[in-house]
Amino acid sequence: MAKARVKVPGKAKAGEVILIKTLIRHKMESGNRKDKKTGQKIPRHIIDKFTAKYNGEVFFSSDWEGGVSANPYCSFNCKVDKSGAFEFIWHDEKGEEFKAEAKIEVS
Amino acid sequence: MTRKGNKSMGAMGGLAALAGAAGLLLSGLLIANQAAAKSKYEVDGRKSGYHYSNPETNEMQDDDFLNPGMLWVQRGIALWSKVDGAAGKSCASCHGDDARKTMRGVFTVYPKLNKKTGKLENIEQRINRCRVENMKAKPWKWESGELLSMTTFIGFLSRGLPMNVKVDGEVKPFFEKGKAEYFKRRGQLDMACKHCHIDNPGKRIRADLLSEGRAGQAFPLYRLKWQKIGSLHRRFRGCNKQVRAKPYKPGAEEYVNLELYVKWRSRGLPVEVPAVRR
Repeated sequence: MAKARVKVPGKAKAGEVILIKTLIRHKMESGNRKDKKTGQKIPRHIIDKFTAKYNGEVFFSSDWEGGVSANPYCSFNCKVDKSGAFEFIWHDEKGEEFKAEAKIEVS
Repeated sequence: MTRKGNKSMGAMGGLAALAGAAGLLLSGLLIANQAAAKSKYEVDGRKSGYHYSNPETNEMQDDDFLNPGMLWVQRGIALWSKVDGAAGKSCASCHGDDARKTMRGVFTVYPKLNKKTGKLENIEQRINRCRVENMKAKPWKWESGELLSMTTFIGFLSRGLPMNVKVDGEVKPFFEKGKAEYFKRRGQLDMACKHCHIDNPGKRIRADLLSEGRAGQAFPLYRLKWQKIGSLHRRFRGCNKQVRAKPYKPGAEEYVNLELYVKWRSRGLPVEVPAVRR
């Protein structure tokens, strides 16, 4: 099931700064909530690391903490010089990884 | 010493004012951008909840990428062509691959009368009936990810079309029952839907701004408080609990009748699914 959405412009000029938007479906359980029935704390389960790669090279990454909302949205800029492929990786605390890809043509 | 202190305080105050002004300017721009959208969401004086939302929340709704509800639409698209059940069919087997053509407008006319059972049926129940009768699959649970995704997807396909439920003829008795639900006092606080949404829209109930309750065209919507998409019946249950009444089960007859009345109250308003509200 595709969980992530990314929006990258299909074409750009060399040296242009483009805006990249990402969104992923994740419950981002903060670890502070209690189960109403049992009174037990619900264990924390969040995405703790987001990485964006361009042609295999990391150009943007961020560490996320418990205060990030569910279904997190993240947008950032990138200066592109040549055509290539973007790779986006969300790393889950439980070791799971969600990936998305996008291509861009630079003229 | 005190003088110096005052001076630095003054400078900080100035900074804060500057930041405040920038913030005002930004929200001013948002409001200007949304003015056009606002007129779209008002028909014959009936205002959608869009008018009672924060500009920032509306901005989320207007941008298809920023709108987290679109994640459910995306899942709905995937479910549309997924084969399930003993009959080996998917939604697309009967309704076609391009749901944009075949299902456009469907959302605006539900709840509708089911001629076989003689009962009113809303879109969720219709989807599940299709699953049981035609696909020989298990019905999806209420508020499950699958049912919400499919409902949101069907609603999304009718986005921009005016709500148009039928309330006369055979449906009239259900409509009257729904209307009675809307005006019925309930719970420890002894309040009916109408006390907030007809008598007092635009006023504050503690920190919340009361809307006109034109919810028919907006649900299922992404509610920031829930951090997910929720159905209209979940909202009904929340409202009932707030007046300290015992809520009905989602999909109960009372709620389906009420849904018809609420959707009739939204008549003519363009479908906003998936809307975003606080």
